[in-house]
Amino acid sequence: MSEVSLVVNGRRVGGTVEDRTLLVHFLREHVGLTGTHVGCDTSQCGACVVHVDGKAVKSCTMLAAQASGSTVVTIEGLADGAELHPVQAAFKEHHGLQCGFCTPGMIMTATDMIRRHPEGLDEATVREELEGNICRCTGYHNIVKAILAASKTMARSKGKAASKAKKAA
Amino acid sequence: MGIEGVGARVARKEDKRFITGAGRYVDDMVVPGMKHAAFVRSPYAHAQIKKIDVKAAQAMPGVIGVLTGKEIKADGIGNLICGWMIHSKDGTPMKMGAWSPLAFDKVRYVGDAVAIVVADTKGQARDAAEAVEVTYKELKSVTDASKAMNKGAPQIHPEAENNLIFDWDIGNADETEAAFKKAAHVVEMDIVNNRLVPNAMEPRAALGHYDKAEDHYTCWTTSQNPHVARLVMSAFYNVAPENKLRVIAPDVGGGFGSKIYIYPEEIVCLWASKKTGVPVKWVADRTESFLTDAHGRDHHSHCAMAFDKDYKILGFKVETKANLGAYMSLFSSATPTYLYATLLSGQYDIPAIHANVKAIYTNTAPVDAYRGAGRPEAAFNVERMLEVSARKFGISPAELRRRNFITSFPHQTPVIMNYDAGDFGASLDAAMKAADYDGFEKRRQKAKKAGKLRGIGFSCYIEACGIAPSAAVGSLGSGVGLWESAEVRVNAVGTIEVLTGSHSHGQGHETTFAQLVAQRLGVPIDQVSIVHGDTDKVQMGMGTYGSRSGAVGMSALSKALDKVEAKARKIAAHLMEADESDIVIENGACKVAGTDKNVPWFQVALAAYTAHNLPGGMEPGLKETAFYDPANFTFPAGCYICEVEVDPETGQTQVIQFVAADDFGNIINPMIVEGQVHGGVAQGIGQALLEGAHYDDSGQLLTASYMDYTMPRADDLPSFQVSTTSTPSPSNPLGLKGCGEAGAIGSPPAVINAITDAIGTEDITMPATPQKVWAALRASARN
Repeated sequence: MSEVSLVVNGRRVGGTVEDRTLLVHFLREHVGLTGTHVGCDTSQCGACVVHVDGKAVKSCTMLAAQASGSTVVTIEGLADGAELHPVQAAFKEHHGLQCGFCTPGMIMTATDMIRRHPEGLDEATVREELEGNICRCTGYHNIVKAILAASKTMARSKGKAASKAKKAA
Repeated sequence: MGIEGVGARVARKEDKRFITGAGRYVDDMVVPGMKHAAFVRSPYAHAQIKKIDVKAAQAMPGVIGVLTGKEIKADGIGNLICGWMIHSKDGTPMKMGAWSPLAFDKVRYVGDAVAIVVADTKGQARDAAEAVEVTYKELKSVTDASKAMNKGAPQIHPEAENNLIFDWDIGNADETEAAFKKAAHVVEMDIVNNRLVPNAMEPRAALGHYDKAEDHYTCWTTSQNPHVARLVMSAFYNVAPENKLRVIAPDVGGGFGSKIYIYPEEIVCLWASKKTGVPVKWVADRTESFLTDAHGRDHHSHCAMAFDKDYKILGFKVETKANLGAYMSLFSSATPTYLYATLLSGQYDIPAIHANVKAIYTNTAPVDAYRGAGRPEAAFNVERMLEVSARKFGISPAELRRRNFITSFPHQTPVIMNYDAGDFGASLDAAMKAADYDGFEKRRQKAKKAGKLRGIGFSCYIEACGIAPSAAVGSLGSGVGLWESAEVRVNAVGTIEVLTGSHSHGQGHETTFAQLVAQRLGVPIDQVSIVHGDTDKVQMGMGTYGSRSGAVGMSALSKALDKVEAKARKIAAHLMEADESDIVIENGACKVAGTDKNVPWFQVALAAYTAHNLPGGMEPGLKETAFYDPANFTFPAGCYICEVEVDPETGQTQVIQFVAADDFGNIINPMIVEGQVHGGVAQGIGQALLEGAHYDDSGQLLTASYMDYTMPRADDLPSFQVSTTSTPSPSNPLGLKGCGEAGAIGSPPAVINAITDAIGTEDITMPATPQKVWAALRASARN
């Protein structure tokens, strides 16, 4: 058995788990955060992507024990209170989801992708970077559209925040 | 249309919960005292079960019970059945073998369930399942349908001699023979439609809960049609009478047909819950899904088409072998017959058609409907024949199609279907324009200079959807009617609940059904809730498949709204002392036409429930129910054009552009319709280029994970160009045709026609992997 203690969506959680417990199972079954999904057994589908210490991780590739001491954000912790994260809002606006099962992983991957590309994204890059996330409903068309749109929205609001800060200084 | 009414591009109401992680799928359900199940499955494709020893497993940590097929049989749980009777051409009924939910004498495919283990945790259940000792005597197995019919092939079920389930005919053989005799040209071809695994992203799951106090069962399950699940589990599998069985299909993560059927696992979880006294949850892992979800397609056909000297089609002959796997799944017999051969006329005026279909048992997973179900197989045969024939005749593929298009409606085909509306030339024109067909030769030459082979391919598909008039399907062998129901409950303050027997597992019903209500009553969609997926809440319904929720489910809603409006008009007329015939309902109020007198909608509702001042003799309340039985199938049709570039050095195919021009009749929400086409086309491109289920000679599934089965990923696909033309369906009150399957039906022939155009040989089978394309190029260079 392993003792684990980590911060999930701003709240400290912990407990004693079987050594073989994966992070995804810990989140779903011990913490009760069922937004993170399991769609395969081979770390291919990406339905389980969460952020561990600020980086996108397939939570089925990591033991809960390995994540002990980390800060984890799941799909449930992405929105700022009632206000949707720009990526969430873009998925809704551009119909980037149908059955919703791959969606949490897609959104967490997309958020990380946008963060890693401050220079902006193009369609080819988005498609290549989605290699680790499988969707069976949308044909990816609207997911790609949503991510490109969110990337632009976030760059704009970042720009605004920066110029505001400059003015204040 | 209003900003939220019919035709508006409204963002989906249901998205909020999915994008915030608040969706509720079966695996998210927790019931007090719930335990976890794992199934013991056959590692052999064909074997006798000599002995099952559960002692070691029962002694494992956390194990509550280990149950086997002998026990389920002793408790009188019934065999799984196929619900559509097909008669062979000699008049004999199909030869259905027994399918026990847990095998007790023999296993017939790798993955066949043999026992269930219930334990405190999922891990413990799996550990203990490994410890169940099953002694098998391996038998010879067969996975190929043609080989299964050979003399001396392993006999899979005693009922079906030579593994032949039925040998079925449609159309007129004599007339078709006569057409071939007078033909100027005959084109013949063998065509394979590759076996696929549906792969909804949410694996199948079931949670069975037996409540001893009420002697009542609840089943949460990943179903496209919970009422049908309850009916079948009750009437045929003896799980419990319908009034003692509640089936809930909550958020379901995609279906594509694979979640229509009732599988062994939900039956066994319900039964095991009573046996063990605890709620039992099972969730498939992905490999289990690959092994045991009903697969799709797997047809081998020989096609021959006869033309006159002007290239008008005279006749079409098709012989098909359909692999149905080891057991007959719930609608497996309908897919290669009435959902397939009835569409062999395509968009063309073909005077004589004859098809023969042999359905065959093999030692593979059961095969049933997968997105399109029979219609992709028909479209692939017809559209490959048209393209190949055009190339042989040296005329343009568009011209050959145009010359043979059906242009007047209604049109009775020689294979049952009566097409009621369409304009095939319009979608062909729209697609050619969108694809810049005229500029293709230039693009081909440019690619050639860069060492690449460009090709372009057409597909003019038609499908039969909105399944279907109950009396018609009954006469063809269906065990159920295929109507739909709806109930509209107007609450006392004017908010509205719509209860529908349709089930949404990605289609967006919570939005589109509400849009229809908004259109009719002028209330905002936020005031309308759509309730579905629970047999305790919703009256009997038939569920979602065959692109039927709009054409059939929303037609039922439309009928129920007619009744609500009629009563509301009476109440409003009484309140305003006006004539009922002068009342119009718009913008959330009942108005006296031509005046400024009106009663807001909520006041009409309130009056209905306070019942203080209703017209004499009127019952209180404002709630109406309707059942809608469609008058005909609907016939979505369209034209798809695919342009590919093949790298002759590697055989790699890149889809450069994909154009879809679909005629879905009227449309409720264009954004959702486009999304359905995108997804369908992606699955069709997947079938054509990437996907294929492969068994080895011993019956092991070689493609049982995402490491081995190639799912389309974002970088395999282009963005799509989709548009619509419209001839409204005359067969339902809303003029809808359905859009859920079109993409998967129309796209595979377009892709293969493009590849064969690029590489100059017809000799390629799906999936057209780089290896196959490279080999085909080399072979044709040698010849």
